[in-house]
Amino acid sequence: MAASERTIPDRKATRERAAEYLLRRHRFRPAEALPWLIAIAVYFVFPDRMTFGSQVVIMVMFALSLDLILGYAGIVTLGHAAFFGIGAYTVGLGAARLGWTEPISGLFAAAIVSAFFGFLTGWFLLRYRGLTLLMLTLATAIMLQEAGNLRSDFSGGYDGLPGLVFKPVLGLFDYDLYGHTNYIYALVVLAVVFFFVRRIVYSPFGQALTGIRENVRRMHAIGSPVHRRLVTVYTIGAGIAGIAGALFTQTNAYVTLTVFDFDNSAKVMVMLILGGTGRLYGAFVGAVVYMVLEDKLSKLSPTFWQFGIGLLLVLGVLFAPRGLLGLLENAGKYLSKFRSKP
Amino acid sequence: MTAALEVQGFNRSFGALPVTRNVNLTLERGARRALIGPNGAGKTTLVNLITGALKPSSGRVLLNGEDITAVSQSQRARRGLARTFQINQLFRGLSVLENLGLAIGERDGHSNNMWRAIGSNRAVLDEALDHLESLRLVDDALKLVRELPYGRQRLVEIAIALAQKPRVLLLDEPAAGVPSSESHLILDVVASLDPDIAILIIEHDMDVVFRFAKQITVMVQGAVLVEGPPDEIMHNEQVRAVYLGQEYGHGANHG
Repeated sequence: MAASERTIPDRKATRERAAEYLLRRHRFRPAEALPWLIAIAVYFVFPDRMTFGSQVVIMVMFALSLDLILGYAGIVTLGHAAFFGIGAYTVGLGAARLGWTEPISGLFAAAIVSAFFGFLTGWFLLRYRGLTLLMLTLATAIMLQEAGNLRSDFSGGYDGLPGLVFKPVLGLFDYDLYGHTNYIYALVVLAVVFFFVRRIVYSPFGQALTGIRENVRRMHAIGSPVHRRLVTVYTIGAGIAGIAGALFTQTNAYVTLTVFDFDNSAKVMVMLILGGTGRLYGAFVGAVVYMVLEDKLSKLSPTFWQFGIGLLLVLGVLFAPRGLLGLLENAGKYLSKFRSKP
Repeated sequence: MTAALEVQGFNRSFGALPVTRNVNLTLERGARRALIGPNGAGKTTLVNLITGALKPSSGRVLLNGEDITAVSQSQRARRGLARTFQINQLFRGLSVLENLGLAIGERDGHSNNMWRAIGSNRAVLDEALDHLESLRLVDDALKLVRELPYGRQRLVEIAIALAQKPRVLLLDEPAAGVPSSESHLILDVVASLDPDIAILIIEHDMDVVFRFAKQITVMVQGAVLVEGPPDEIMHNEQVRAVYLGQEYGHGANHG
């Protein structure tokens, strides 16, 4: 139907519908309360597992930071642990060498330092794509680890910086043996970070990132400063990973160079892919499933537990290529189709 | 009057193969120029050189009299140089509306905004829908691009370029791959584009070329063979020999 044939109210209705279509997405949906309600319920149901719980929350945040750069901007990296590690060591070294033990300001410091490092490496590395980028990001994380090892007198090396003591959160909530404070603390920080990430994802900037992932050639052709966009999101993602790392050090009161391990970079990617990339809550589902499974399986069989994780991954890639959330989505579509049939 | 686009002495090789050889080309403001030539003549390469997707080994390109040879591809686009692709380059997983919103957002700098929700900017939304209305795509606005039939996708390809508000538009075979029953839709759109925009169109269909173009440039093996108005080109012996000859004379398919 041509524009001229449309009646005015018809046109107006079309425009309203279009606006609604875009606005609906960033509006808070009731289902989005679910992960948070579960997180709070866990606090009351498993009061003795809060130390583990806080580690899960930290991994969710770490996976969320990767979702921003991998899931939305399509940057494939195998060195994301570099930023987690930098955050962890900013807080660790701050406490051990400078006596900077206030936790909240520590998080900010960790965010700034790792974001700065993300900006620096991103500026150089994000000219490359694919395998080259994979190798370069991997090498960056290894180099950092080696640098820490070379100066183990300062970093504590693989023996780590043990016995760190942090001030109570906000000067009020001291750490307890059961990790209750840690859990709530990590959860609140995650909620704040999540709010920001969600904002970014549904902004025009977030849309441009999706554009880069979908078709970088066209983004260049429509005048997008692609490199600048990528460096920007890489910097943000690095900062968030840094916060997760800082929380890791604070909640464990301990950090070693293993945070830079390739294992850590790979693990976070597996979590994200398992949960589903580019959909925010994939990080939640993936990290929780992975961590709980790892916990259960390693108790079941301390030597053989990785087989279970591997099996899950193979099954996931075969039957849920869009992650567990993608699987849920398909199931939902299938059900609604089924129901709409007479 | 300064030309909208001027290419001066472009050269480019892929390895030992020269694909662009001393090409000069001018688009006046509002130009309607067709670029024709057999396959492998270097037409798309020339478009890539003009837009900055490829760098020439020598030569200059001027946009409204300004030398943009050293300017990046995306900056050229923001200065009003738009193109479409021979093979669709779309954001397939996004809706048609969002495809246009991206072009508008990047053009006006809205895409730098990390805080505002998409859809809350009414000016962008309205402009995107205006473009879609003029291309009769508005009923597909909320569909994902990958769900559209190919002919409609070709229209989105053009719609994105138009949303850039270009002063120079390079159309690389806009009707390629579209069944002839639908191609007239696309060619109608091309024919009714803003007369102020300087347009260079690569096209194989000679009927379209002769109907649309005021000027024709013929390329063969990376070099400009001849250029001039359509009737001159039609009767040029050289052109008939290398290009039109195969098509009309022997009925061979250009493929």
